[in-house]
Amino acid sequence: MLLNEMLLLGAVLFCIGVYGVLARRNGVLVLMSIELILNAVNINLVAFGAFHDTVAGQIFALFVITVAAAEVGIGLAIVLLLYRNRRSIDLDQVDLMKG
Amino acid sequence: MIAEHVAFGIIAAVMVASALRVVTARDIVHAALYLVIVLAGVAALFLLVGAEFTGITQVLIYIGAVIVLFLFGIMLTRTGFDQDEETDHKHKFPAVLTALLLLAVMIGALVDRFGDEKLDANLPGGLTPQTTAQVSDELFSQYIVPFEAVSVLLLAALIGAIVIARREEGG
Repeated sequence: MLLNEMLLLGAVLFCIGVYGVLARRNGVLVLMSIELILNAVNINLVAFGAFHDTVAGQIFALFVITVAAAEVGIGLAIVLLLYRNRRSIDLDQVDLMKG
Repeated sequence: MIAEHVAFGIIAAVMVASALRVVTARDIVHAALYLVIVLAGVAALFLLVGAEFTGITQVLIYIGAVIVLFLFGIMLTRTGFDQDEETDHKHKFPAVLTALLLLAVMIGALVDRFGDEKLDANLPGGLTPQTTAQVSDELFSQYIVPFEAVSVLLLAALIGAIVIARREEGG
């Protein structure tokens, strides 16, 4: 198997995730797109770990999985709070700070 | 060797198709279910290159926990049962352009640098599975400090999520 097969698949998934983050308006859907991005990164880490014959790739992928779990927990808590305060999770309406 | 390529091709095709549905599906629940397929595909890829522990962790944490969390999030934030709710921006062109440009740059760089290097180029005996024992040996010796740090991070995130999502007293 070629190293590039894994890396290119990771790149495609990453770009699909970036499109999702930019094009979606629903808070939960944006969080899902971020998961796509993080998984693309994990594919690359594991592929390079196998390529260099080291378990460091796997270990960093595990760290990324842990941080992603924490991120989803916090992210969904924020979305929930947003919904409770505004009855909507449309990210276009969250413009109090005029960003 | 051929079987590996075929397996990879099938998994990759299913993953890309599902990932596209995740970012285009109009129903949020459908998007979450397509995400399950993508995550399962990632786990299958991990097993394919011999990363057994990470593959199993992927199934346990992502498909087992994160997706359930997403489904709860969807359930608690649904404004109505009608499907007409707008989930996408009206003008998608900038997003498409950004993603395609990024993809072009990454493909260019990857093909230029790695060309057709084999995944097992550095391994004389071919691709060998990295066992759970090896991973745990490394994790609890060389990477023990990051491991503890990430444990504290997880605890902090847990407490933070409770504090953020909790209803105010008397409010």
